[in-house]
Amino acid sequence: MADWITPKSEAGIGDAVREAAAAGTGLRLSGGGTRAGIGQAIDAPGRLSLAGHAGIELYEPGSLTVVVKSGTPLKTVTDALDAEGQMLAFEPMDHRGLFGTNGEPTVGGMVAANVSGPRRVRAGACRDFLLGVRFVDGTGRVLKNGGRVMKNVTGLDLSKLMCGAHGTLGVLTEVSLKVLPKPETARTLAFEGLNPGAAVDLFCAALRTPYEVSGAAFVGDTAYLRIEGFEIQVAHRAARLSDLFKDRDISGVEGVAHERLWADIRDVRHFADPGTALWRLSVKPTDAAAIAGDVADRLGSSVSLDWGGGLVWCAIGEGQHDQAEIVRAAVARRGGHATLVRGSADRRRGEAVFQPQADAVAALSGRLKATFDPHDVLNPGLMGY
Amino acid sequence: MSTIAMPPPDAGILARKADIVAALAEAIGAGDVISEEVETRAYECDALTAYRCPPLAVALPRNTQGVAAVMRVCHELGVPVVPRGAGTSLSGGSLPTADCVLLGTSRLRDVLEIDYDNRFIRLQTGVTNLSVSETVDGDGFFYAPDPSSQLACAIAGNIAMNSGGAHCLKYGVTTNNLLGVRMVLSTGEIVELGGPQMDSGGLDLLGLICGSEGQLAIVTEATLRILPKPEGARPVMIGYDDAEVAGQCVADIIKSGVLPVAIEYMDRPCIEVVENFAKAGYPMCEALLIVEVEGSQAEIADQLAKITAIAEALDPVELKVSASATESALIWKGRKSAFGAMGQINDYMCLDGTVPVSALPFTLKRIGELSAEHGLKVANVFHAGDGNMHPLILFDANRPGDLEKAEVLGADILRTCVEVGGCLTGEHGVGIEKRDLMVDQYAPEDLEMQMQVKDVFDPHWLLNPAKVFPLQASTGRRDIAA
Ligand SMILES: Cc1cc2nc3c(=O)[nH]c(=O)nc-3n(C[C@H](O)[C@H](O)[C@H](O)COP(=O)(O)OP(=O)(O)OC[C@H]3O[C@@H](n4cnc5c(N)ncnc54)[C@H](O)[C@@H]3O)c2cc1C
Repeated sequence: MADWITPKSEAGIGDAVREAAAAGTGLRLSGGGTRAGIGQAIDAPGRLSLAGHAGIELYEPGSLTVVVKSGTPLKTVTDALDAEGQMLAFEPMDHRGLFGTNGEPTVGGMVAANVSGPRRVRAGACRDFLLGVRFVDGTGRVLKNGGRVMKNVTGLDLSKLMCGAHGTLGVLTEVSLKVLPKPETARTLAFEGLNPGAAVDLFCAALRTPYEVSGAAFVGDTAYLRIEGFEIQVAHRAARLSDLFKDRDISGVEGVAHERLWADIRDVRHFADPGTALWRLSVKPTDAAAIAGDVADRLGSSVSLDWGGGLVWCAIGEGQHDQAEIVRAAVARRGGHATLVRGSADRRRGEAVFQPQADAVAALSGRLKATFDPHDVLNPGLMGY
Repeated sequence: MSTIAMPPPDAGILARKADIVAALAEAIGAGDVISEEVETRAYECDALTAYRCPPLAVALPRNTQGVAAVMRVCHELGVPVVPRGAGTSLSGGSLPTADCVLLGTSRLRDVLEIDYDNRFIRLQTGVTNLSVSETVDGDGFFYAPDPSSQLACAIAGNIAMNSGGAHCLKYGVTTNNLLGVRMVLSTGEIVELGGPQMDSGGLDLLGLICGSEGQLAIVTEATLRILPKPEGARPVMIGYDDAEVAGQCVADIIKSGVLPVAIEYMDRPCIEVVENFAKAGYPMCEALLIVEVEGSQAEIADQLAKITAIAEALDPVELKVSASATESALIWKGRKSAFGAMGQINDYMCLDGTVPVSALPFTLKRIGELSAEHGLKVANVFHAGDGNMHPLILFDANRPGDLEKAEVLGADILRTCVEVGGCLTGEHGVGIEKRDLMVDQYAPEDLEMQMQVKDVFDPHWLLNPAKVFPLQASTGRRDIAA
């Protein structure tokens, strides 16, 4: 296996890609390698690490903006934001627990995989906070799109396209992100003894209120509603929500336990057992319970919910066959899509990791790939093309 | 008299007008096709009224199939298509060419699905922005992006321009509130992206479509995120005699952790005109901020206390917290009527560059200098919280040379925005207006990449050609179409 190439500059990244393109050598891209398990298993012989291209270029708390090189460890960024009482509001999930990986997640990897967390239900996803990118396309051209300001409609939004493309369209070299103030305080209401259907009912009722619920997740048999803000807001909203659900048993979670609870939900700690394949379903919340039920009936899966039921995690024993078929049939009956997040290399080779798309969409995606990466050198095959 | 060129129409297409109109009539019915010159004239411009040109014909289909049928005809006959929502674009985005079929969304007016449990609404894109909020208002919901033109503008145009509004500091712009679309490619093929679920699988084509100014596809249906209405909202008005201090105040508020829904800014020339018009009780000062927060009464009081403490530390000439719904409405009335008020006393050109919030004071100073150099007055009214500026260049359309002068000054101001780390347009789009300035923000290869993406969706460049990309850069591609 080839050694990792670790360029120290954007120009160096451009050179590496240009050489690979000339030689027709597929490149596997890596930031911290913590999310290397995501995607279709691929056999690219070249290895390009972005870890050498790191550093915060600009951070203006008063402009709610941070600009960073893609290989920057995420922790470097969150520490800097923390010092100013700010945060990445989309609460990016840490995949190390799921994959048993050790490295440091990088900002580039986070953006490439559009990684978000529980607050996505209220604040939006990583892609919603991405203001601009610089990247190297599959021919080695250094390109930019968007910028560092909060409102920008100048030309086509290629930044969105890069976010969630898992490095198949370009090597991200620099990203600009919008940041937000950290809430002063937070509290969670916990409702025990529920099934997924009852949990979704609760979420729908809570998310219809003006109380700005910033987390709505269901793990084990417990549904959690998170409220964040200034002390006076949190107290008011917790009281109102407790009123709304006054015929139920509610317990409160606060302080250190609260932080740990949401970090665990974010990182899907409850399904850390590597013996299961893990599927991530994006569905209409009111369909979540039925879809989870269909999958469980056939495959004996365990389920947890996030985003008020819009995100379903299904853990299925690795020994179960026909997973993709059964999961996708359950989703197809009602709408949405399913991604295999963790699975054996065999499974990630044999089954479609990402939801197969309608012909017209697949055709557009394929043509975009051919446009950005005509020699098919950037994470070739990782998204199924 | 104007300085922005449009390519000459294709004589071959003009000569085939009768055939084209007949084919359209066969596709969607003669009642939904307009071809008489007296009638096509109604579509000759958008809100960038200095540029006018009636289209060859107008097609007003009633559903996605109708749009697809029109596109198939135009694709087969090689006729360019200019999509149009309500025609309120300020950048010439829906300006027709003489050889185009103008494809209007005005008969795509149906709300298709409302789902409060899953918090979305699905509709045809000819529905106006405000009516979305009105439709769900009684059930305690609203649609967040609120352009000042919301009474008139259509969701189709909002998606194409990725429009924003006063409240997007908290709620984001259109792209952050758009869940899915149904759209028609230039071949007539119908494509669905996203849906009621929170993210779409595969590449984020939805994010690419939003803000693509009708360059990639015709959007016929949309699924939008709707939100529960806040318990209440209240503004505070803060005046300073120094633009720099006002800029400082904006940054300090943002840094403090309070996230207002809106921070609006007006300078003295604007305040004078608006106060005269709306009698909103604005103080005469260099810079007026309107900051609005949301929540319960107690929550609002708490946030306003934090904001007034920050503002007072900077020694304002005026600080007034709204004490009632009537006072709040009056404060907003002034701001919302700013463009209208300005239009009553002057012709104006509305710019739309964004700068980093930290660069606001410098940019305002530079605009003042440029205004003096060019001998045209500039008034500023804008969304300060996100740095989206709206300098209004005042000129006299009847005085020969004034429009040209205003355009030159406008270009200088927008280049300044780019120089300080900002961009040419925050919400109005490139259209024809900023088309040829794109080279100031993007390198040739960046523009080439964007045009290659258009090639993927619209290989013959039939959709809204001669917009967004500098005319010179797109020549070869547009010629293939002809
Ligand atoms: C007084 C005034 C105030 C304004 N305030 C704001 C503001 O606060 N914020 C803001 O963002 N904008 C504002 N605008 C600009 C304008 O209202 C927005 O750009 C709006 O979204 C345009 O919508 P429309 O329906 O009028 O679109 P149009 O002007 O008809 O078209 C706009 C663009 O969309 C394309 N298009 C139209 N329909 C489709 C379709 N179905 N598929 C694909 N492309 C399509 C057109 O080709 C064109 O490029 C303002 C305009 C005015 C006149």
